[in-house]
Amino acid sequence: MDAPNTDVIQGTLDMLILKTVSLEPMHGFGITRRVEQVSRGVFKVNPGSLLTALNRLERAGWLEAEWRQTANSRRAKYYSLTRAGRKQLEEETSSWSRRASAVARILKAEA
Amino acid sequence: MSLWRELARGLRGLINRPAADRDIADEVEQYVDEAAASFEARGLSPEEARRAALRELGSVTAVREQVRAYGWENIVETTLADVRYAARRLRRYPIHALVAALTLALGIGASTAIFSAVNPVLFQPLPYPDPQRLMLIWDGQGGSRLDVTFGTYRELIARNRSFNAMAVMRPMQPTLAGVAEPERLDGEYVSADYFRVLGVRPALGRDFEAADDPPYDPNGPFVAIVSDTLWRRRFNADPTLVGRQILLNDIPVTVIGIMPTGFENVLSPQSEIWSTLRYDPALPFNGREWGHHLRLVARVRPEIDLDRASHELQEIAKAQLADFERPQWASLQDGFIAHSLQDELTRSVRPALVAIVGAVILLLTIACVNVTNLLLAQGASRRGELSVRTALGASRARIIRQLLAETLLLASIGGALGIVLAHTTVDALVTLSPPELPRSGAIVVDRTVLAFTAGLTTVIGLLVGLLPALNGFRASAPGGAPQQSTRIASGHQLTRRSLVVVQVALALVLLVAAGLLLRSVQRLFAMPPGFDPTERLTMQVQVAGQRFRDAETSHRFFDSVLEAVRQVPGVTAAAFTSQLPLSGDEEAYGVHFESTPPAAAEEDPSAYRYAVSPGYFAAMGIPLRTGRALDSHDGAGAPLVAVINESFARRRLPGLNPIGQRLHIGPNSGPWFTVVGVVGDVTQTSLAVTRSDAVYITAPQWRFSDNARWLVVRSQADAAALAPAIRRAIAAIDRNQPIIRVATMEERVRASAADRRFALLLFEAFATTALILAAIGTYSLLSGSVTERTREMGVRSALGASRLDIVALVFRQGLTLTGLGIGIGLGGAAVASRALVTLLFGVTRLDSATYAGVATLLLLVSILACAMPAWRAARVRPSVALRFE
Amino acid sequence: MKDTDVRQGTLALMVLKTLDVLGPLHGYGIARRIEQISGDLLTVNQGTLYPVLLKLEQEGSIASEWGASENNRKARFYRLTRQGRKQLQTEARSWEQTAAIIERFFAVKGEDVK
Repeated sequence: MDAPNTDVIQGTLDMLILKTVSLEPMHGFGITRRVEQVSRGVFKVNPGSLLTALNRLERAGWLEAEWRQTANSRRAKYYSLTRAGRKQLEEETSSWSRRASAVARILKAEA
Repeated sequence: MSLWRELARGLRGLINRPAADRDIADEVEQYVDEAAASFEARGLSPEEARRAALRELGSVTAVREQVRAYGWENIVETTLADVRYAARRLRRYPIHALVAALTLALGIGASTAIFSAVNPVLFQPLPYPDPQRLMLIWDGQGGSRLDVTFGTYRELIARNRSFNAMAVMRPMQPTLAGVAEPERLDGEYVSADYFRVLGVRPALGRDFEAADDPPYDPNGPFVAIVSDTLWRRRFNADPTLVGRQILLNDIPVTVIGIMPTGFENVLSPQSEIWSTLRYDPALPFNGREWGHHLRLVARVRPEIDLDRASHELQEIAKAQLADFERPQWASLQDGFIAHSLQDELTRSVRPALVAIVGAVILLLTIACVNVTNLLLAQGASRRGELSVRTALGASRARIIRQLLAETLLLASIGGALGIVLAHTTVDALVTLSPPELPRSGAIVVDRTVLAFTAGLTTVIGLLVGLLPALNGFRASAPGGAPQQSTRIASGHQLTRRSLVVVQVALALVLLVAAGLLLRSVQRLFAMPPGFDPTERLTMQVQVAGQRFRDAETSHRFFDSVLEAVRQVPGVTAAAFTSQLPLSGDEEAYGVHFESTPPAAAEEDPSAYRYAVSPGYFAAMGIPLRTGRALDSHDGAGAPLVAVINESFARRRLPGLNPIGQRLHIGPNSGPWFTVVGVVGDVTQTSLAVTRSDAVYITAPQWRFSDNARWLVVRSQADAAALAPAIRRAIAAIDRNQPIIRVATMEERVRASAADRRFALLLFEAFATTALILAAIGTYSLLSGSVTERTREMGVRSALGASRLDIVALVFRQGLTLTGLGIGIGLGGAAVASRALVTLLFGVTRLDSATYAGVATLLLLVSILACAMPAWRAARVRPSVALRFE
Repeated sequence: MKDTDVRQGTLALMVLKTLDVLGPLHGYGIARRIEQISGDLLTVNQGTLYPVLLKLEQEGSIASEWGASENNRKARFYRLTRQGRKQLQTEARSWEQTAAIIERFFAVKGEDVK
């Protein structure tokens, strides 16, 4: 990803993927598109990293994958959230919120 | 998170790689399609859209690879690929691989064998429950370890609070009779708690109980427990043996128990049969209950530590109670000496073992250095290949992994061969090992040893591969074009040269050790034993059984045997003695002379007692110095006479004529013996011990009959061949009395240095191997160097250098390295020789002759190693060499 | 991301801000200050802090010198350089931007998408 705070983003990639997929099952490029949309182009997703992350999350049991036929009789891999994945998303979300508010507090502090 | 999924996906990747790849390819392909569609939606044409999408993606292959690379199955795959590749490489250079593998096999094999010998002694706990709680306890009289008396044992049992159980034991050598071949067995008389102390119970039958150990009653009943080996050997593992009676010394004894298979009696490894002591609890002071002849073993309570237990023993010794009367010779005024059984076992052999372990480590190091050098030499020729592979995209980590895979594979082959080698040598090790090597029965290549070997092999593989891999790493640095980079080359050379120097140094250390041991053994055998060992056959004849409880009968038996043996053709002299030099016997008594004051406190008054038949001195070839030898007139009822050895006389009766002096053998309440003769000194325990004071008397003049006597037979030629005839002669007198320990005196002399000779054997083997390896190392280094410098040689030759100059060049290079190695090695040997000090005899550890000799040997060998490459270098023709490029 | 360990990137940011607010401080002080302000939501341990300090120093964002701490022990004090001040501003801005984006992600409902 090309955002300035690269390792922050990388740390949250999993969370973003899980959140995106929580709304509806999606394939790889769909996730990319969503991320770029919501971030208004600030976050650029590296396809290799994304697909590897999807592989990893699937092995971890948080995503479920299924192949669907596309229009031109190719196949596309769609990912959806599992129940364990939903729980994981909740945990990561609250963890992130805690951290973000802590950092915000520090940045606001004057002395 | 989900172990199952990880496993399943990974396995799928391994088993059905094409399907997994297809999935990834499809997914990436679809990604590109969607990306292109989104570009199209923005208005680009289909082709432009596709191109834009691909541009954004980067390389499709790269992305596919990136996704594919995730997962544990990749590590497995790449490892397998590495191994396959490594195997292919090894096959390409089979000779190199073979030499390397064999070298490693030697090192690893030797290490494994030695580890298996050292393991039971130094590392494994004793084969008893809670073995660290077992202690051996001695009477510490005079600061030395003295066997305890039965009275002491009884007092300790009653008064101690730190011990769970205590037991005493002494050797027993009953003759198994009533069977086809009477056999003298090795066993022990023990107190009833013996096996309880050890913590092992009989597998069949029952253990001893207090009821089995009442005071001795000649009418019995007697009980015994036998070992598993005896049960199988003599009784065919017959389970009905328990409860049956066997004949020991003509007495019926009931077998009540059989010890389990694999029961290891570290206290007395040869023992196969145990019976109870049957001592008299009234403990008459002049009875044997108060003699120092029992070994005491005890088990400390779990909640008490050994130091406290030891401390309590000392307090008991100090505080004498009225209830426990102690005679003056067992006053315990010097307290007890107590050590854990484990420590005791290793105490005596630890120095020798440490030395041997050191030698093995040296050998292993030399082997590794050799192989590293070999690989480095190979590495030089692979530089090109590695650079190309890097250019093709192989990461450096991958290349290093591959190089290491090669050396690990090599090491594994070496390790496997090494295990085979160790297996075969371990048996030889056990046979050749000196009897004092503790727990030699437990020397076996088992799981622990194999685990050790596996670990060692891995470490070796990594170690040996390190330098070549690093070199490969340097060579594959980006920009390292496939050409001869002189900087890399000289870096190589320096490493390899240092390695050769190290090899030579290590070889020198081992050679010095072997040399010192060799001279020790030579010096040892140069020591005069005091008798003439040539063509002397010896054997121990024992009388056992009720019949011989009468001294008269016993003496008459031995006299008849002597007469019969003298008739055997070829026998020129025959005699009996109660104690044979270099047989392991150590029967000594305090000897006090009438005319000299009682020996000062530090002076050890003991001398070995020999009860001999007339003609003993002549039979053994012991020279008579003054006076007369013992003869047939010196029988029972005649005046008591004795003969002593000359240095004993000189030391204890300075300035006096020893003839006519009177002495006591043993307590002062005994009779006076008059010295009638002085003979030459004879060594009793070992050639290394120079002081062996001896007093000789005739058998009938001793207060009891020695029922086990050594027969010494001198023959004209080949004494050993007379053994069967002599056995027959003895059997004709009485076929039931066992004859054992048949050997010539020459064999005994040789065997007396068994432990030194064993160490010598090992060091010789190691040193020779080290020497060969060092020579090979030097040779291959120089050989490689000559090949690499062929061009240089050609140039020099063209510029006018003579053949001799070129040869000198090579020799100079080789001998400089050797010289350095020798220098360092001499220093190292001087330090390392400390470990050998206990084994040396007659040579100091810094013996200059040995060091000089070894250095010269190494020098000669390396000159030889230089010769071939030098000759090759001299033959280089400038025209050929300069074309070499 | 399963606990409240601080990540490298954000840690650097917080170190810079702390030094900006409090002035030169030693490592221990920085760690405690961060924990304090964050209301103990974050824990900073030595193992993570010192590599970050090292990296910031190497990059030139902070400088260090030896001084005496409160209990008169010898300690390394860090201070913000001019370059560090500039970096702080950029990083803070980019953090806020990132955080805002991520907030947006969580605000997104099913209907907003398509």
